[in-house]
Amino acid sequence: MSYYPYFVAGWLLLIGAFGIVRSRNLVHAVVSLSVAQSGTYVLLLSAGYQRHAPAPVFGSTTKPNLQVVDPVVQALTLTDIVVSATVTALLLALAMQIAKRHGTVDPDQLSALEG
Amino acid sequence: MSRSVRYTLFFVGGGLVAVLFVWGVVGMPSFGSNFHPYRDLAIGATIAHGTANAISSVNFDQRAIDTLGEETIFFASVLGAAELLRPSKEERERRGDHTGVRHVMASTRFAGYVLLPVTLLVGLDVVAHGHITPGGGFQGGVVLATAVHLLYVAGSYDALERVRPVHLYEYGEVAGALAFVGLGFAGIAIAGSYLSNIIPYKGFGHLISAGNVEVLNFAVGIEVASGVIVMLSHFLTQAIALHGGPHE
Repeated sequence: MSYYPYFVAGWLLLIGAFGIVRSRNLVHAVVSLSVAQSGTYVLLLSAGYQRHAPAPVFGSTTKPNLQVVDPVVQALTLTDIVVSATVTALLLALAMQIAKRHGTVDPDQLSALEG
Repeated sequence: MSRSVRYTLFFVGGGLVAVLFVWGVVGMPSFGSNFHPYRDLAIGATIAHGTANAISSVNFDQRAIDTLGEETIFFASVLGAAELLRPSKEERERRGDHTGVRHVMASTRFAGYVLLPVTLLVGLDVVAHGHITPGGGFQGGVVLATAVHLLYVAGSYDALERVRPVHLYEYGEVAGALAFVGLGFAGIAIAGSYLSNIIPYKGFGHLISAGNVEVLNFAVGIEVASGVIVMLSHFLTQAIALHGGPHE
């Protein structure tokens, strides 16, 4: 029984969340969120892994058969990466506007709400 | 909230998550086992449809409607970024010369110009053959958008602006999204349900073989390439071509 990759996934999630909590810079917080989200890639891919099984792309080296790595979780990981990229882009755009309006990207100095 | 309160809250919450996570993981099948019920069903359908790349088959054939949702998320986020990054009233866009501040090393310039056509070709290949080799519209679209931006890395912002009329790429993004939606409605008209396959499967060993998958890959490839170019153009405008903001 081996669970090591699952624990790597959990560790990435928690260390990314910790990065957001101790962040003093919004860009650092966005990158920490990406780290936390990469935990989900590791979790998905390790859930679909099978020892000594090839990638689920058939051709001359892999004849069509059932003994390949799970393609469903790989497709979900692709969705995950697309969502992660779009969220990162939106958050970085927000960080840019905050830097322009308030002159700082330190979350601790952004206590006042502005309409 | 002070930092010490925040840390305490995190260690309590994070500790609970860790306990629940470990509890969940030890009930899972062992890593690398051959127990994959979803795999068996998905590969069965992939082989029946004669698609060589099982991941493309899952994304664009078996759960194409989820991919439509994913594509819509991407579309909405490009819109959102464009809205967030629009120039404010005090800011004006500088036209013309932005070259004075930037010096590109000759080796960087050479590498950029050599890699530009290579990257374009690789991007097209990844989009076009996404149904038979690893790749697809999302991946290839990002490669294509990267190729265009090598012009900025190797040359100048002005060179990039000349080959990148942003409004054309805005149309490209919409066209890609509409092609996906339209093919879905064609599925209703011809085969009776949304996004059901209407292009015949040819089976393994053919270049054009996977039915709808290849057409949808192209639609997504066009949308993602255009979307990334539009989104990056707004970031680049903010970073390079604006002046007169409140904190400048």
